[in-house]
Amino acid sequence: MRRFFERTSLTDIVMFVIGGSLVALVIIGSAATLISGKYGSREWFNFIVYGVALGGIYAVIAIGYTMVYGILRMINFAHSEVFMSGPLTAYFLADAWGRSGFLDQNPVLGLLVIFALAMAVSTMVAVLLERIAYRPLRFAPRLVPLITAIGASFFLQYFFRGLYGANIKVYPEMAVLKTNVQLGAYSIQYVQILVIVAAAIMMGGLQLFIQNTRTGKAMRAVSEDKQTAALMGIDVDQIIVITFIIGGALAGAAGVLYALMFKQVGFLMGFIPGIKAFTAAVLGGIGNVPGAMVGGLFLGLAESVGPNLFLDGLGIPAPYQLKDAIAFTMLVLVLIFRPTGILGETLAQKKA
Amino acid sequence: MSQSPTNRPVALSTALGAGVRIGLIGGIIAVSIALIGMLQAFATRDIISSVVSMSQILLLITFFGCAYMAVTRSGSTQPIFALITGALTGLVSSVLVVALVGLGSVVRLGDMFINATDQLYELLTFKQGLVTGSLYLMGLGLATGVAAAVIYRLPSKARQPVVTAIVGVVAFGLLQDLIRVTLSVWEALTPALKFLYKANGLSIAGAVTLFVLIAAISYIRATRGNQIQSGLNGLPPASRKTLRWAFILIGIVIVLLLPVFLGLYLSDVLDFVGLYLLMGLGLNIVVGFAGLLDLGYVAFYAIGAYTVGILTSPEHATGIIHNWWLALPFGVLAAVCAGVILGIPVLKMRGDYLAIVTLGFGEIIRLLALSDFLKPWEGGAQGIQGIPSPDIGPIRFVQQQLTLPLLGKLQFTPSQQFFYLFLGGCLLVIFIATRVKGSRLGRAWMAVREDEDVAQAMGINLVATKLMAFGMGASFGGLAGAIFASKLQSVYPHSFNFLVSINVLCIIIIGGMGSIPGVVVGALALVGLPELLREVGDYRYLFYGGVLVVMMLTRPEGLWPEATRRRELHEEAEPAEAGPALAGGTTVK
Amino acid sequence: MRTFKIVSLVLLASMFLSACGGGATPVPPTQAPAPAAPTAAPTAKPPEPTKPPAPAKFECKDKLGCVDIGPSDPVHIAYAFVTSGDNSTLGLDTKYGAELAIDDAGGKVLGHAIKFDGQDAGCSAEGGQAAATKIAADNTVVAVIGTNCSSEARAAIPILLTQAGLSMISPSNTAPDLTDPAKHVAGYFRTAHNDKVQGAVAADFVFNQLKFKKAATIHDGSIYAQGLANVFADSFKKYGGTITAQEAVNVGDKDMKPVLTRIATGKPDLIYYPIFIAEGGFIAAQIRDVPGMEKTVMMGADGIFSPDFLKAGGKNVVGMFWSSPNFSAFGSGYQALVDKYLKKYNVKGTLAPFHAHSYDALNMVLAALQKPGVVVTDPDGTLHVQKQALRDAIGATKDFKGITGNITCSPDGDCADPKIAVYQASADDFAKLEMPKTPAWFPGGPDYKAP
Repeated sequence: MRRFFERTSLTDIVMFVIGGSLVALVIIGSAATLISGKYGSREWFNFIVYGVALGGIYAVIAIGYTMVYGILRMINFAHSEVFMSGPLTAYFLADAWGRSGFLDQNPVLGLLVIFALAMAVSTMVAVLLERIAYRPLRFAPRLVPLITAIGASFFLQYFFRGLYGANIKVYPEMAVLKTNVQLGAYSIQYVQILVIVAAAIMMGGLQLFIQNTRTGKAMRAVSEDKQTAALMGIDVDQIIVITFIIGGALAGAAGVLYALMFKQVGFLMGFIPGIKAFTAAVLGGIGNVPGAMVGGLFLGLAESVGPNLFLDGLGIPAPYQLKDAIAFTMLVLVLIFRPTGILGETLAQKKA
Repeated sequence: MSQSPTNRPVALSTALGAGVRIGLIGGIIAVSIALIGMLQAFATRDIISSVVSMSQILLLITFFGCAYMAVTRSGSTQPIFALITGALTGLVSSVLVVALVGLGSVVRLGDMFINATDQLYELLTFKQGLVTGSLYLMGLGLATGVAAAVIYRLPSKARQPVVTAIVGVVAFGLLQDLIRVTLSVWEALTPALKFLYKANGLSIAGAVTLFVLIAAISYIRATRGNQIQSGLNGLPPASRKTLRWAFILIGIVIVLLLPVFLGLYLSDVLDFVGLYLLMGLGLNIVVGFAGLLDLGYVAFYAIGAYTVGILTSPEHATGIIHNWWLALPFGVLAAVCAGVILGIPVLKMRGDYLAIVTLGFGEIIRLLALSDFLKPWEGGAQGIQGIPSPDIGPIRFVQQQLTLPLLGKLQFTPSQQFFYLFLGGCLLVIFIATRVKGSRLGRAWMAVREDEDVAQAMGINLVATKLMAFGMGASFGGLAGAIFASKLQSVYPHSFNFLVSINVLCIIIIGGMGSIPGVVVGALALVGLPELLREVGDYRYLFYGGVLVVMMLTRPEGLWPEATRRRELHEEAEPAEAGPALAGGTTVK
Repeated sequence: MRTFKIVSLVLLASMFLSACGGGATPVPPTQAPAPAAPTAAPTAKPPEPTKPPAPAKFECKDKLGCVDIGPSDPVHIAYAFVTSGDNSTLGLDTKYGAELAIDDAGGKVLGHAIKFDGQDAGCSAEGGQAAATKIAADNTVVAVIGTNCSSEARAAIPILLTQAGLSMISPSNTAPDLTDPAKHVAGYFRTAHNDKVQGAVAADFVFNQLKFKKAATIHDGSIYAQGLANVFADSFKKYGGTITAQEAVNVGDKDMKPVLTRIATGKPDLIYYPIFIAEGGFIAAQIRDVPGMEKTVMMGADGIFSPDFLKAGGKNVVGMFWSSPNFSAFGSGYQALVDKYLKKYNVKGTLAPFHAHSYDALNMVLAALQKPGVVVTDPDGTLHVQKQALRDAIGATKDFKGITGNITCSPDGDCADPKIAVYQASADDFAKLEMPKTPAWFPGGPDYKAP
C-alpha cells in the first residue's frame, strides 16, 4: 500500500481526478438517458450499426496511417488526399454506368471495377507522394516530412479541384444496396453490411499478409528497426513502396465504401475523415494494425452512440454538434488510462 | 536530388533515355497544368504585353525546366549530345500536349475534366487549328529544349546572370499588379512605371531593360561581391561599429515609419504577420524549445479572443469591462490556465499521442465555441460583436489625419495603428522569449527536448518544466487572440479552425525550429506569401502547398535555423547508417 | 549559409523598399479629404498609368472623392467572394453571374472596357477584412460586388464603405442585421433577400397552410443557417406551434441517422433544415431509413434549392418543400442566363442559387454609372467617377427590371424584390433533375393544395 503511494505523484492524482470525473459524467449521463427510456432497443441497435459501419471506414483509412507511421515514423497528412482521389476519379465511371443502367444490372461486376479503378488511382497518388515528397526526407527530423505532407495535402486538394471542379458529385443510387435486411424487429441496409463486411475482409486479409508472408515479415522488420533490417538484406526502399501501395489501395477502397454509404464526394472530402482516422490510429496504438481497427470501431461508436447516450442525459441541447468533441474526449480518457493506446504499441522502443 | 554535371563521356543512348524519360514527365506536367485550368486562368494576363502571356510562359518554363534537368542529368561533355538531349526532351513534352489536343478533338474530355474545353485547345494550338497548331507546339518544344541546352553549356559566369535575369523579368511580369499598385505611391517613380508597364504586362522596352539590368547586377555580384564583402571586413573595428550602429538606427526609423510607407494594404498584411508572429513565438516555446508537438495551438488563440470578447462586448450580459486594456490580462490569464489544464493529461504522453490529443483539444474548443450549448454565453455560430478598439487615453483607433514634419498630411487608418500595437507586443514577446531561452528554464526545456529520460535523471522536474512550457506558450497565443478580437471587433468560431494551428506550425518549421529570428522570417514568408499569391487567384493554395514541399525538400533546417540544428542536418547529408548515435535528428517528442 | 541570411534580409528589405512610398504626396487635388469618409489609401495615390487630370479642368467636389479613369483605362469593378475552401461554389457562382452580366453588356461601359477582378474573402471575418483592405488600397476601383458570407460583410463594411467611400452590393448576404435600420451602414446594398422575411414565410406556410403544429429545425453552425432556423422557430412559435427540437450538425458530417433518430423521438410533423447541399443531401437521403421519420415532411431553404441537391438526396426529395426566392417571378431572361452559364463554364448545373442576383447587382452598378451627374467625362475621354453620386444613384434604383424581379432599393439597403415563395418537388421534377418552376404557394396567393 505504501509503495503505491510512493509511486504515484501529484500529477498522477490530478490526472486520475480529471479522468475519473469525465468517466463519472459519462456514467451519469448514460444512466439518465437509459432511465428516461427515450430510445428503444431498436434505436440503440440502429445507433450501434451506424457506428460500426462508420467505424469500419475509419478503421480502413487508419490502417494506411498506422502502417506508414510504423515504418517511417511520420504522420502522413496527405493520406486524406490519397483517400479522396480514388472515389473522385471513379465517380465519372460510376455516374456513366449509373445513368446507363449498367450498374443496376450488374452490381457486382460494376462495383468491382469501380473499386479497382479507385484503388489504382489512390495507389498511384500514394506512390508518387512517397517518391517525390517523402523519400528525399527519409533522414530528416520528424517534423520536416510533416510539413511536406501538409504542403502536399494542400497541393493535391486544389489540384483535384482544378481537374474535376469544385462542386459536389453524387454517386448513383444502387437499388440493391438500399434494400433492407430484416432481422426480426431490426433492419440493416445492404450497404451497411457491405461496408462492415468489406472492411473486415480487408483488415483480416492485411493481418494475414503481415503475419504470414515473407513481405509481411520484412515489413515488420523494417518497422522495428530500419537499419538492422537493411543489414539483414531487406530492400528497405522497396518495402516502403509496398507499404504505401497497400495503404493507398486500402484508402481507395475505403473511399468507395464511403462514397457508397454517403454518396457525396468532393475535393475536400478527405480532410475530416483523415483527421478522424488518424485519431483512430492513435487510439488503438499507433503502429499497430489491429489497433487501428479497434480504434476505428471505437471512434465510430463513440460518435454515433455517444451524444445520445450521455450528452442527452446531461441535458445538453443539440448534442450532435459536439460529437467530435466527444470523440476527442474519449481519446483523452483512453490515453490517460492507457498512454500507448488501447492495444499498445508494437514498437519495441517507447521513444516515439 | 539532381546530380552535379560530371564530365564523364556518356553514351548517346543514356542521354537519350534520360531525355525521353524527363520529357515524358515534362509532358505530364504540362498536360496537368492545362487540365487544372491554370493556362486558361492566366491567359488573360500578359507578361510582356501582347507578346507573351502568362500561360505561354508557364508552358515554356515547363519545357525549359525539364530540358534543363535532362541535359544536367545526362552530364555530357560533348555539346552536340546536350543539344540533342535538350531538343528531344522538349519535343517529347510538347508531343504529349499535342496528344492531349488530339485526344480532345476526338473524345469529349470535358465531361470529366472540366477545363478540357474548346477554349483550352485553341489556347494550346495558338489559335492555328489542330494541325498547324500542333506543329507550332512541337516547334516550340524543340526550340525551348535547344535553348536550355545552350544555356547549360554557357560558362557559369554567363549562365547565372542570364537565368537570374529571366527569372527576374518573369517575376516582374507575374507580380505586375502588386508592384504597380504599391510603387504608384511615389510620384517620382511614375515615369519609370509607365516605361516598364503597359496596361497588361511589361512593355517590350521595359522587359529588355529589366533583363539587362538584372543580368548586370547578378554578374557584378558574382564577380565583385566578394571584394565588397572583404572590403567591408577590412575596415577598422571602430568604423565597422559605427557602420553597424548607423544601419541599426536606420532600421529602427524604417520600422517605425513602415505603415506610412507601405500604405493601407501592406500594413494590413504586416498586421497579420505580427499576429502569426506572436503565435509562432508561443508555439516555438512549446515545440521548438521544449520539443512538445502541439497541434492544437489555436485553442489558446481562441480562448484569448473569446475571453476578451465576452468581457467587453456590450451585447452580452457579461460585458462588464469596457476597456480592452483591462480585459487583456484576463484573456492572457485564461489562455495560461487552458495551457496548464491541457498540459496535465498529456504529461505522460509522447510524440504523436501528444500531437493528436492537442489537436483534439483545439477542435474541442472550437466546437464548444460553435455549439448551441454555450450559445447564451458566447454567441454560438453568430459570434460576438462590438468588441472595442484598444483605445488608450487620447489615442483613438479610428481613421484620422496626421501631420508629420517632413511628410505632410497623411491618412492614418486603424490597420496602420494596429501595426504599432503588434510591434509592441512582438517586441515584448521576443524579449521574453530570448531571455527565457538563455535561462535555466530554457535550458531545461532543451534538455527535455533532446531526451526526456536523461533530463529527468539529471534532476529536471519534468512536470513543472512541461507545464511552464505549455503555460508560457499559451500566454502568447492568448495575447495574439486578444489583439485579433480587437482588430476585427468581433469573434466568430469559424476563425479558429485546425488550419490556423497548421499554419503556425509551418511558420516555425520553415523559419527554423527553435530559432527566434527564424520565426520572424517564417512569419514574413508564410503570411506574406499567400498575399503575394493573391495574384494567382484560385490557385493560391496549390502554390502554397507546392512552396511548402519545395522548401522542405531544399532547406529542411529552415530559413534561419539555430546553429546546432544546421550542424545536425548537414551531418546527415552523408549516409548515416552507422548506428543511432550519429544520426541526430528525431529529437521532437 | 550567409547567403541565405542575406536573402532573408533582402526579403525583408525588398518588402519595404518595393513599397517605399512618398508619404510626401500631399492630398492630390482630385480627392477631397474629409475626416468622416476619406478616400482609399492614406497616402493618396494618383491612378497609376495616367497623369493626374489637370486641376484646371475638373475639380472633384464629391464628398467621398472621385476615381479618375484615363482614356484608355478600364473601369475597374472589384468583387469580394469566397473562391477557395468549402464554400467556393457559392463564390464561383456569384462571380460567374457577374461575369455574364459584363459579357451581356458587351464588356464595356461608358466607352471603356470593364475590368472585373477581386479578392478571395474566405467566408470568414479576417478573410473579409483582408479582401476589403486590398480592394480599398486600390484606388482604381469604383464599386464592389460582394460579399458572400455575412461575417465577411461585417468585417468588410467599415473598410470599404466608411474608409474608402465605395459602394458595395451583395448578391448573397441574407443576414437580417446587415440592413437593420439601427445597424445599416450607408453604401451597403444587397440584391439578395432578407432572411427575416424568408423564415417568417416558411413558418406561415407550415402552420397556416400545411396546418402542422409540431416542427423541428436543423442548422449547420453557419451564421446563415442558424439565423434562418431561429427566425423560423420564433415565427412558428408565435403562430402557436411547438418546436420539438432545434438540432445542429457540423459542416462535414455525413452520418445524419443519429441526429434524425433523436429528432424522431419528438415526433415532429416537419423538419426545416435551411442548410447547404452537402449536409442537406445527407439528411434527405437518410431520413426515410430512420424509424419514426417515414412520414415526416422535409423543408429546406435557398441553400439547397439546386439540382445538385436533388441528386444528392435521391428519391426522398419527391414531395419536399423549399422556401426560396420566387424564381418564377424572375424575368424571362433567366433561362437564357442559365444556358449561357452552363455553356461558358462547362458545368452540368448552376453551382449555387445566387448567380442571377449577382447578375442584377452588376447591372445595377452599370446602370448607376450611366445616370447623369455620376460620371463626368472630359473631352479627351477621361472619366471622373464621383463616389457619393454613385452611391446615391445606386440607392435611388427604382423599378429596375432585373432578372430577380423589380429592384427597388430601400433606404436601408434592401434592394431585392423580396418575393419569397414555397416550392414543392414532384416526381417529375426529380426524374428530370430540375427544380420546380412554379411555386406551390406564396404569401397572398391562393391557398396551398396538395398535389
